[in-house]
Amino acid sequence: MKNEKIEVDIKVPNQTRYLSLIGKIGEDIARTLKRYKGDREELAYHINLVLTESMTNAIRHAHEGDPTKEVHLTISIQESNLVIKVYDQGQGFDISKAPMPKFKCLDEHGRGVFIIHSLMDSVTYREFDGGHVLEMIKAL
Amino acid sequence: MILKVEEKDDVVLIQVKEERLDAHNSGELKNQMLNLFEEGKNHIVIDLQDVRFVDSSGLGALVSGFKNASARNGNLKLCGLQPQVKSMFELTRLHRVFEIFPGTDEALDSF
Repeated sequence: MKNEKIEVDIKVPNQTRYLSLIGKIGEDIARTLKRYKGDREELAYHINLVLTESMTNAIRHAHEGDPTKEVHLTISIQESNLVIKVYDQGQGFDISKAPMPKFKCLDEHGRGVFIIHSLMDSVTYREFDGGHVLEMIKAL
Repeated sequence: MILKVEEKDDVVLIQVKEERLDAHNSGELKNQMLNLFEEGKNHIVIDLQDVRFVDSSGLGALVSGFKNASARNGNLKLCGLQPQVKSMFELTRLHRVFEIFPGTDEALDSF
């Protein structure tokens, strides 16, 4: 199908218990992408992972764990790209400014942003509607 | 989080009976390990056979356990990594840090 269009729009409470739900939705979308010539199971895992990492950043850093806040995200197929947007209503957490992990130093934290940058083709973070949006694009 | 904890001579075997080890549940694994360290149990094997998905928080919990075990002259070793989980260790270079075994027997015998 040439004009296969998918857009999923999800809002969940600012709680880590929803990570697996969102990750699974991302995996299932990746598995439907017949045009993707690579390993679809690997793509599914990677989409699950970037959704989990970006949502965790929104929940813990941008929203500082406030359970009354909400995480809003969209997953869409636009032409030959898979586009994931994660909106936050917080002070922001600019992952483009996060340092690269020092592989020789065994730090417990700081690998999430590295993972997102490693697995996606484009990652941007900008102000949007009183909060921020993290946009991650994967070419299919 | 479901963790099965068994003592095998001087080594504690922790089997993670979850499909995901992530930001939601990895704190529980970290706390379980901290309890063991407080009891002086510093030789640990973590069996990840049932874990299909690990994120940076899950990796962070394992790094925390590894550092604590090493600081107490113990060790923390891993076994049963599924291919996608193993690829996460490779991406973050952590496969060079941990001793990783195919199964629990090999991991337990290595102590």
